Amino acid sequence: MRTIDYTQELPVVDGQPPAKAIDDVVSKPLDTKPGKVWKILITITSLMLLVGGGALVWTFYKGIGVWGNNQPVGWGFDIVNFVFWVGIGHAGTLISAILFLLRQRWRTGIARFAEAMTIFAVMCAGIFPAIHTGRAWLDGYLFPYPNANHIWVNFTSPLLWDVFAVSTYFTVSLVFWYIGLIPDFATLRDRTDNKLKKTIYTIFSLGWRHSTRHWQHYEKTYMILAGFATPLVLSVHTIVSFDFAVSVIPGWHTTIFPPYFVAGAVFSGFAMVQNVLIFVRQAFNMKHIITIKHLERMNQIIILVGTMVGYAYAMEFFIAWYSGNQFETFTFINRAFGPYAWAYWIMVSCNVILPQLFWSKKIRTTIVPMFIIGIIVNIGMWFERFVIIVTSLSRDFLPSSWGMYTPTIYDLGILMFSFGLFFTNVLIFVKTMPSVSISEVKAVVDGAQPSHRGGGHHE
Amino acid sequence: MLTEHSRRIGEADIMNKKIYSIGGLFDTPDSITRAAEEAVKEGYTKFDVNTPYPVHGMESAMKLKPSLIGLVTLFIGLSGAAFAFMFMYWVSVVDYPLIIGGKPFFSWPAFVPVTFEVTVLSAAVGTVAVMIALFFKFPNNAHPLHDTNYMKHVSSDRFGLNVVAIDPLFDESKVKDFLSRSGAKDIEIFYEPERKPIRVFDPKFIGLLVVIAMVTAGVTYFTLNKLLYMPPFTWMAEQDRLSSQSQNAMFTDGFGMRNPVEGTVARGFTPYEFKGQPDSVVRNLSNPLPFSKEVVDRGKMRFDTYCSPCHGYFGKGDSRLNGQFPNPPTLHSDKVRNWPDGNIYHVITNGQNVMPSYDKQITRDDRWAIIHYIRVLQRSLNAKDTDLETKK
Repeated sequence: MRTIDYTQELPVVDGQPPAKAIDDVVSKPLDTKPGKVWKILITITSLMLLVGGGALVWTFYKGIGVWGNNQPVGWGFDIVNFVFWVGIGHAGTLISAILFLLRQRWRTGIARFAEAMTIFAVMCAGIFPAIHTGRAWLDGYLFPYPNANHIWVNFTSPLLWDVFAVSTYFTVSLVFWYIGLIPDFATLRDRTDNKLKKTIYTIFSLGWRHSTRHWQHYEKTYMILAGFATPLVLSVHTIVSFDFAVSVIPGWHTTIFPPYFVAGAVFSGFAMVQNVLIFVRQAFNMKHIITIKHLERMNQIIILVGTMVGYAYAMEFFIAWYSGNQFETFTFINRAFGPYAWAYWIMVSCNVILPQLFWSKKIRTTIVPMFIIGIIVNIGMWFERFVIIVTSLSRDFLPSSWGMYTPTIYDLGILMFSFGLFFTNVLIFVKTMPSVSISEVKAVVDGAQPSHRGGGHHE
Repeated sequence: MLTEHSRRIGEADIMNKKIYSIGGLFDTPDSITRAAEEAVKEGYTKFDVNTPYPVHGMESAMKLKPSLIGLVTLFIGLSGAAFAFMFMYWVSVVDYPLIIGGKPFFSWPAFVPVTFEVTVLSAAVGTVAVMIALFFKFPNNAHPLHDTNYMKHVSSDRFGLNVVAIDPLFDESKVKDFLSRSGAKDIEIFYEPERKPIRVFDPKFIGLLVVIAMVTAGVTYFTLNKLLYMPPFTWMAEQDRLSSQSQNAMFTDGFGMRNPVEGTVARGFTPYEFKGQPDSVVRNLSNPLPFSKEVVDRGKMRFDTYCSPCHGYFGKGDSRLNGQFPNPPTLHSDKVRNWPDGNIYHVITNGQNVMPSYDKQITRDDRWAIIHYIRVLQRSLNAKDTDLETKK
């Protein structure tokens, strides 16, 4: 066994890059013309967006009858994709808020990026409930406002809670993200010579002066926002799980759903952030800021929450048997051995079995295997939502009303659209905004804070 | 030591310009922290330290009071929570009560999620808005520190301290002296920018406002009054069905609506045995309904709907259509008062003179209920003394 000196904090940024060098490396993607790889990637994602957008337009034109949804499977790809994307969105706030409160300094290098991914993922998630109503242009009625019909929304419905949870989550994530960006925009404003860029950065930096009298309130506010975002991130997937748990469908009506969903969300979100970060650090020479240690820590969290998800799968089965409820028992046996067993076993192997490879230090610190496992985790988590939604609906209480679900090409098209939207946003983000927090990284470089001699306190 | 920025302004201008502050740059977090402590010792209160990232311990070195932004959050968050909860109570109990699963209207546990979300939303957005607008007074891109060498460095890799001219102890040479004593480099003087008066009545600005107002109004009008009545927004109204009164080529007579099959009897519309006969043949038709409050209320409702347009709400023949049609007779005449119920029923069912038959509109029971109500109206105008006594 190696011995570790716990009296010294490990550096979170490799080497001691001077502040100017951090500015340079972070703003380099913004100051240089896009490279070949970037152009190829954005062509692919734009094509996905375009072709998938066709499916979306066709849905608007013909109505949601072009989807595979039917009786009894009234929720198909629309809600599967919604839950999937909301889940992806959970990693960002977890990294930026919960790890901030836990004083995990290693979060600084990846927080900005993860927050951006949260926002893009919630945007993708938002598409699905909006279009699954059938006539998306009437979605204003989802919000309680004094309308001409003199009707109000039903505040006791989990679907309405969902509207509040997702829109609050999006807004607060956006505010949190923007607050973090203000000092960085100011830094960019002061280093650029390009007139147009300077104007844009000036507008978004609001005139930030890096004043200590401002930093004081800023840090406090950041802390408060983190304090709010922490229960918020837990509440969002909890409320999403209520959409299912508050109903009476076997396989949905369980109290384990809120923690189970939250763990699953963190699981898929971390896998997605890990995947995209591997690309970013490679493409923009940020290997000393987003180090292999960051990725290893993310993989450690992936194995933790992945095991929690596995525990939830087992517990669902146990309770189905222990409750003595014949419908519940049937639902779970049907999941594992019924017509959708293939989906179930994809889910179990991707989410529970394969991530266990991260117990090996070699695997969790090597780029290629961790990247592949990250993708596998997300495939598994998508199938988890598919299994939960489709198996329960296709075979509930009455065998006479059972039915199978097959997605159509439009379902797949809209799924592709959401991936296109997500990755296009990510690509535009990395070329237009600082994808690593400049001011936060500067603050955690060794020697950035005063020593005892300086008179200030030391952490 | 004057920088490029100050030189650009020109010596002559400098003489007229008001100094905003004097600042200098430091290279390490230790030296800036020491300088901040010395500035406090020197007695300066209106000075500021600019650092590219928050330096730990700087607040205590500058002797700043703790931030009160938390109180703002508390206030806005609690207001948001109270508003959300009370709003849901008002909607669910007062304005739009819905029975859902037989649960009480005030099911407060179901209000918890939305209350929580609104609390977080209002507290987070409110705190940030207050911080930016009131605590920072942002946006402020005209601040004297902007676009200076000093700013360029504190934005990136160095640490700056500047003493503002409104400090009671401010003195140009003394401040410069203090800064160089505490190790500052690149000492720089910042001048207040010339403030151009903001011209609210500038025709260009007014024009812009007018254009914005017109565009907003136009787009809103178009969206609400035109767009929503164009396809595909009208697809719910445009369905594959026949509207009543419309033509249809499928039937030989060209009518979209069909007559009932011969001999069909609609529920509540039992055929009348004296249909089309003079009222002298009516015999032995008595009101089958009991004389009760419910029946009279029902009769009043039907009377007000079907009879009052001509006969008036009180049966006096003085309706709101008075003068547009031949005036109907009053129902308080001796003739009508002395008619048996059967005769009134006969008139309602058969019609009389210009009054059409109402046997398609009013069900049999409702006709009898109307007759009870007519009797109430008649008696109210011709009450006997004994009515007062029975009332006791």
